[in-house]
Amino acid sequence: MTLREIKELLDAEVLIGESQLDMEVKTAFVADLMSDVLAFATAGSLLITGLTNPQVVRTADVLDIAAVLMGRGKRPSPETFQLAEELNIPILTTKYILFEIAGRLYSKGIRGCIEKAGSK
Amino acid sequence: MDDKPLYEGSFAVIGGNFDHAGEVSSGIKAILKRMGLSSDVIRKVSLVAYESEINIVSYARKGMIRLRVVPDSVMIETIDEGPGIPDIDLALQPGYSTATDKIREMGFGAGMGLCNIKSFSDIFHISSEIGKGTCLRMIIKTNHRS
Repeated sequence: MTLREIKELLDAEVLIGESQLDMEVKTAFVADLMSDVLAFATAGSLLITGLTNPQVVRTADVLDIAAVLMGRGKRPSPETFQLAEELNIPILTTKYILFEIAGRLYSKGIRGCIEKAGSK
Repeated sequence: MDDKPLYEGSFAVIGGNFDHAGEVSSGIKAILKRMGLSSDVIRKVSLVAYESEINIVSYARKGMIRLRVVPDSVMIETIDEGPGIPDIDLALQPGYSTATDKIREMGFGAGMGLCNIKSFSDIFHISSEIGKGTCLRMIIKTNHRS
């Protein structure tokens, strides 16, 4: 799916990365714990989270995450917004809860970046 | 380890400065990118540097991250002035943490840092002295140059 399709599916708002909406995403990872993101998420995945601090963007940068999708109506802090602009990492926000986001994306063909811990 | 380094540099990290945590690691990532290392190696090194940087910011007064690139590997070495780790085996167990609420708010402190560092490194060495600080040395092999 492209970020544009994800945006439409989840009625999301694009806060950063309007010019990158044609980017294709095939896998995703959901977590509020950045250490788990670092342990399991793979390059090019969509990071779905409820965390809004700058470490979300740092983590995304370290892992070459395609884009960050904040759920439950969460919005980035000003520092997070600034850092994402600087590092050119798209941020989308949607009011859907993380479970709904994951379910809706899965039904459209997006898969977890790994199925089980330890299967990397 | 006697190879002439392709790059060598040290970067200071200030303890407790959560707003800037990760800046050194982003800088290291940019250096490796410019040097043309493979994306897999860059990811591993950045991740290892980032978790180490978070540890220094979270627990130490200050620290230093050293980057050394030689033809067949990248070394990340961290030296901090901090409380030290009383039980290293325990600290390496997934899920063991002494993190404060502030650290947890940032999305860390789940007891995964040292395990992540160890699992993404080809060689991992840790030493610590109570009341003085902790040293980590990680080597990631590049193998794409002779």
